[in-house]
Amino acid sequence: MSTTSKVQVINLYRSLIRESKKIPAYNFRNYAVRKIRDTFKENKGLTDPNRISQQIAEAQKNLEVIKRQALIGQMYSTDKLVIETIRTNKR
Amino acid sequence: MFRYITKINPSIPKCLQGINKIVSPKNERSLSTESRFNIKEDFDGRPLYLDAQATTPLDPRVLDTMLPYLTSYYGNPHSRTHAYGWESEAAVEKGREQIANLIGADPKEIIFTSGATESNNIAVKGVGRFYGAKKKHVITTQTEHKCVLDSCRALEGEGYRITYLPVQTNGVVCLEELEKAITPETSLVSIMAVNNEIGVKQPISDIGALCKKHKVFFHTDAAQAVGKIPLNVNEMNIDLMSISGHKLYGPKGVGAIYIRRRPRVRVEAIQSGGGQERGIRSGTVPTPLAVGMGAACEIADRDMKYDHQWVEKLSKRLIENITSKVTHVIRNGDPIETYPGCVNLSFAYVEGESLLMALKDIALSSGSACTSASLEPSYVLRAIGTDEDLAHSSIRFGLGRFTTIEEVDYTSKKCVQHVTRLREMSPLWEMVQEGVDIKTIQWSQH
Repeated sequence: MSTTSKVQVINLYRSLIRESKKIPAYNFRNYAVRKIRDTFKENKGLTDPNRISQQIAEAQKNLEVIKRQALIGQMYSTDKLVIETIRTNKR
Repeated sequence: MFRYITKINPSIPKCLQGINKIVSPKNERSLSTESRFNIKEDFDGRPLYLDAQATTPLDPRVLDTMLPYLTSYYGNPHSRTHAYGWESEAAVEKGREQIANLIGADPKEIIFTSGATESNNIAVKGVGRFYGAKKKHVITTQTEHKCVLDSCRALEGEGYRITYLPVQTNGVVCLEELEKAITPETSLVSIMAVNNEIGVKQPISDIGALCKKHKVFFHTDAAQAVGKIPLNVNEMNIDLMSISGHKLYGPKGVGAIYIRRRPRVRVEAIQSGGGQERGIRSGTVPTPLAVGMGAACEIADRDMKYDHQWVEKLSKRLIENITSKVTHVIRNGDPIETYPGCVNLSFAYVEGESLLMALKDIALSSGSACTSASLEPSYVLRAIGTDEDLAHSSIRFGLGRFTTIEEVDYTSKKCVQHVTRLREMSPLWEMVQEGVDIKTIQWSQH
């Protein structure tokens, strides 16, 4: 992997995680973070440049989905789940 | 449970001692110190969702593909005269293709319906009636979903003969019994792929091969299985298959039925109308729902292994957490031939309803959502030979793509606390602790 694409991948990963953490729904947020981490880990060893750019393109599309869905989630948000409130009360 | 104890057999004085113990001060103290929580305590926030068999949340990625068709692209997919119709039609056809890909079918073999209930109706009544002139026999099992059983009842009213096959105690149908039940009169065998209450997987490939051998059509209600376990209609010799949208993180109100084209399976339509969906299911196909179901199928196809591993991990953790801390827990249904996301446990000497009420910060069910309003024990549990008392004490834990480890740990912790508390109050549990075999007690008639 060339240096430019390495930087690009790291930046993409960071923004995916950052945007996912804005999803208000507990279950969707946790799934998004877990799925992003696992997918990047799984594709760590990719060497085929075509496959890499394919994965990058998909990640960019998903980043847009996450941004939009986080917004919708914020518009129609609900009370927090019982385990979230327990955690905040402890702090 | 308490109301059954009207009169206790005098030959067992031990049990009376047991009841006395409950009000003894020693016991009260142990209750308050060992478990410092209040049953009446109000909880803050929304309950956790552990009822993935009733329905699953709509995946945000699915919603994202649906939204344009709920806002900008509102054309009728059957309108042939303008672009609004064409773009909707293209979207519906894409959804159809995505569904077909997931089950290894041809897109032409997929018919959109309103859900798995409608699909099951079309399959059972449709095939039954179309071939009814010559063949008036349908085979199903006792553990099927209500809509299959009820469709069979409707056929019975029309003079058909129905065989309701019993299942073994592990919930799996016996292939020899099935083969014996097939007659030259038989038109259809309808057996579900994954049970909605106990999660048991039926040997679909073997049943398919058997049906092919005897030239009988094979329908499977795969609402709980599609997108969760690998299914292929050609490899498994499935002739008809019911699929539900909202059980695989798709939208509610949409489903599909796969109907084989080669060799052709013919069905009599139930709904009359404009002849959409090749006349099998008239009525405008809801574009956004069809698009959503397609997207859900594509995600399920791509992530099936990933999701399955996750659900399996959660399932193991849940069972381990609970069974390591409380005894007398029975898992209903076969522990190996099962979909791990459906864990049905019976907590002996605890009434299921009481436990469900105590666990009100967790969305759980004692069985099927369709029958959860009644206090009758589940007919599925009765069919696998579960004792009446254990059938009353069952709880179904539904795990899915969006369930977290934290939720599983919270659920098992709460479950253990409440089972222990309820048992400490139970005279039956006292008796068991003292070595009385509950089954030998003769309860008075009431």
